[in-house]
Amino acid sequence: MKLHELDISQLSGLIGRKEISVPELTRSVLDRISEIEHKLGSYISIDEERALVRASEVQEKIDKGEIKSPLAGIPMAVKDNICTRDMTTTCASRMLDKFIPPFDATVISKLNENGAILLGKLNMDEFAMGSTSFYSYFKKTKNPWNSINTPEVLCEGTPVSVAAGEAVYALGSDTGGSIRQSASMCGVVGLKPTYGLVSRHGLVACASSFDQIGPVTRNVRDCTLVLNAISGKDHMDSTSTGTSIDDYSKFLGKEIKELRIGIPGEFINNKGLLEEGIGKVFQDAVNTLSGTGIHFEEFSFPLMEYVLPVYCIISYGEISSSMARYDGIKFGYRAESCEDLIDLYKKTRGEGFGPEVKRRVILGTYFLSAKQYEKYYKKALKLRRAITDELEKALEKYDVIIGPVLPVTASTFTEHAGNPAMANEYDAFTCIANLTGLPAMSIPCGRDAMGYPAGLQLFGRRFREDILLKVAYAFEQNLGEVK
Amino acid sequence: MNREKDYEVVIGLEVHAELATSSKIFCSCSTEFGGLPNTHCCPGCIGMPGTLPVLNKNVVEFAIRAGLATNCEISGFTKMDRKNYFYPDLPRAYQISQYDIPICKDGFIEIEINGVKKKIRIARIHIEEDAGKLVHDQWSTGSLVDYNRSGVPLIEIVTYPDMNSAEEARLFLEGLKAILQYTGVSDCKMQEGSLRADVNISVKPKSQEELGVRTEMKNLNSFRAIIRAIEAESRRQIEELESGGKIYRETRRWDDEKGVSFSMRSKEEAQDYRYFPESDIPPVIIDSEWVEEIRKSLPELPETRKRRYMEEYGLPAYDAEIITSSKALSDFFEETVKNGANAKTASNWIMGELLRLLKEKGVEDDSIPFPPVHLAKLIDIIEKGIITGTIAKKVFDNMFDSGKDPVAIVDEQGLKVVADTGTLLPVVKKVIENNPGSVADYKAGKTKALGFLMGQAMRETKGKADPKLINQLFIEELEKL
Repeated sequence: MKLHELDISQLSGLIGRKEISVPELTRSVLDRISEIEHKLGSYISIDEERALVRASEVQEKIDKGEIKSPLAGIPMAVKDNICTRDMTTTCASRMLDKFIPPFDATVISKLNENGAILLGKLNMDEFAMGSTSFYSYFKKTKNPWNSINTPEVLCEGTPVSVAAGEAVYALGSDTGGSIRQSASMCGVVGLKPTYGLVSRHGLVACASSFDQIGPVTRNVRDCTLVLNAISGKDHMDSTSTGTSIDDYSKFLGKEIKELRIGIPGEFINNKGLLEEGIGKVFQDAVNTLSGTGIHFEEFSFPLMEYVLPVYCIISYGEISSSMARYDGIKFGYRAESCEDLIDLYKKTRGEGFGPEVKRRVILGTYFLSAKQYEKYYKKALKLRRAITDELEKALEKYDVIIGPVLPVTASTFTEHAGNPAMANEYDAFTCIANLTGLPAMSIPCGRDAMGYPAGLQLFGRRFREDILLKVAYAFEQNLGEVK
Repeated sequence: MNREKDYEVVIGLEVHAELATSSKIFCSCSTEFGGLPNTHCCPGCIGMPGTLPVLNKNVVEFAIRAGLATNCEISGFTKMDRKNYFYPDLPRAYQISQYDIPICKDGFIEIEINGVKKKIRIARIHIEEDAGKLVHDQWSTGSLVDYNRSGVPLIEIVTYPDMNSAEEARLFLEGLKAILQYTGVSDCKMQEGSLRADVNISVKPKSQEELGVRTEMKNLNSFRAIIRAIEAESRRQIEELESGGKIYRETRRWDDEKGVSFSMRSKEEAQDYRYFPESDIPPVIIDSEWVEEIRKSLPELPETRKRRYMEEYGLPAYDAEIITSSKALSDFFEETVKNGANAKTASNWIMGELLRLLKEKGVEDDSIPFPPVHLAKLIDIIEKGIITGTIAKKVFDNMFDSGKDPVAIVDEQGLKVVADTGTLLPVVKKVIENNPGSVADYKAGKTKALGFLMGQAMRETKGKADPKLINQLFIEELEKL
């Protein structure tokens, strides 16, 4: 087996037994990048030199026994909206193409403490608005499952880097489903933790009350190891909350047959939304799992029909505000030869932002305007509360709720990436987790007719990632990895 | 035609006070005034991507203190909101403020006008952050921004339209300023911009029930400007109505130099701030125990202090009002009394000489250039007859300018009372000799002439003569004639 195919636990073991050194491992992943990056385009920036220097330092610390973490010496990468000191953090936007933060995001500091080796920054849609990299200012990232027989499928850099062995694991961000959707299409594991479990300090805001940073990994065990390192209360983010759980991996392998698992009927019976091929992959997975004695139960989630509009209204409103600071005054892109202040604003924002950012900013501004606020935003806030209550109530009955990640196949998803009217709809199953703040993850569950992976989504109780991951692990054992 | 007396002026105020916390509202940068441009800044208060605001607990406490001291109700649940607008001094292009659930509401301050007490109701007090400052320097054509002030905590105090004259507005502001200073909520230095007011004004015929159309005046940086602006704006509105014109809902900018206001923008062009809840800061739950703790820790407020001065020290209401209207002045008075001075005498010195000099020399009352113990000593040496009242005023001036101990000044300059007959008798004789006219008047029964003669003797001795002794010597000498 090649080094780049191994997971965190395996590599950590090799390093621990001194079968490989951290610089060797780092070199091998960098080689893998040189080999295939030109075909995939996962990275916006790669810092080889820095990674290798860091690899030697970490090796030294491991030798001295100063770091004991399973992440020590493991090469990884992060989405380019997570601030890294002295490295560009572009958000895949012309607006920030030269932005070098003077500070590290909390998750970066935490990973550094754990001896992580940061290789570079991953491609994404501009300011995280999408899951395909279609709207990246720099390039489009290809799904590693592309073959000459299938239409090209695009994806975010985060899961692609993990699926293709360009990083052992990666950190993504999830505002309406990015982590889970792109993990689903690449056949890897992606977790959006409970809102507040992972500090957002250093994550460039898309929609503040929806954004979460989460791990993208080769399997569920790796996911727990990364979550252990990045979660916890942070005084730099007042919406962050600590929990008493210090090790999520210890719940793996526990029996789950006594658990109750719910499936919202609105997910699987919506023929207008759910593509047949995807419905089948999901049903097959459920059948397989049922065969092992796990119980599933369909239940009704009537507020489902409001999920998308509520998500759009509130998140676009927040986006219109969080994008406002990019005005050409303090940092980032500034248009040239402007007549006056208003002209500077107009040109800078007109030239610096791409179409999807502009679309959401314009809509969000409209939803928040004094004349429309009562009609849209205020109602949406009430419905957000109601949807959350309804789902939490369901989660009193069920330990975990499951469904498909995307209602459509990877190729349909890519086909409509540039068509907001269609693309919006595809967030229906994932944005529920962001709307309610609940944890949700995607694990591989099969492949569609064209051979692209499709994920199974699991929603858990607030701050009960322990149950969620335990179930995900059991499912993974029974479904097998996507090869 | 002037029909001003047929109209009623209606005034509401929006007062911004910078809180006296040592660090900013959402980061740990210093709030100190001044400093080189952009030196009291961090990635947070310049709104750098990736940073998050973390609410300073002291800001919440200070706002609660302000609320309690102005008889407000404190919200058990409050939250922050975003106010969105573009301006270069606002780094995130939104200000974190409070919209529909302010931290304090429904309070009042009592003022006294022409001997009648009147409640000015406070609609709300909310927390928000200050913006930076645009600097137009002489070397470049563009403007520069200094973000030192960005993120300095503010409270905005909004009144109901309960005031009906510039004088009432002034009294309210004086009262509010004193309360904020007493509670340590704000230093209220208008010259540093830590207290600023916007004024809403409308006029209506006295017979009319409903309020007239109001205008908002901005850029009022001193009490004088506020009073002048109110007077000018109410006159403008009355004249406009009297000449058949109409008042438009608009924001006006006051030009204090010219003494006129200009229309900035009409209500139709008014900004839509697109307020919505700030999701980076969780709602703030304020438990009543904490509020009670803060209530107990509140210092004596100006109104209570004023009553105490009247009852305990027998100060006239007027004196008590003036002294307690400023925390600095009032503290100075208390310290002087603590150092042994008679309260009424101390009050006389403060109300007279001290206020005169502060005004003349343009010194703020929190920067009195000598300590209270010096005034106490001065009063002491006057009472002990070591210097005369005339000399005392000179010593006071000197104390104010030099900051020296009055006893030292008296010693250095030889200002002690001259009270020996050997020195004074020749002076008295000389004055009698030189002023035969006055002597004759005195002899003719015009006792006033004695005052003149004494004045002459005082002048001769440069004010140092013991008045009692010199009076006695004159009477004796004049009897002999």
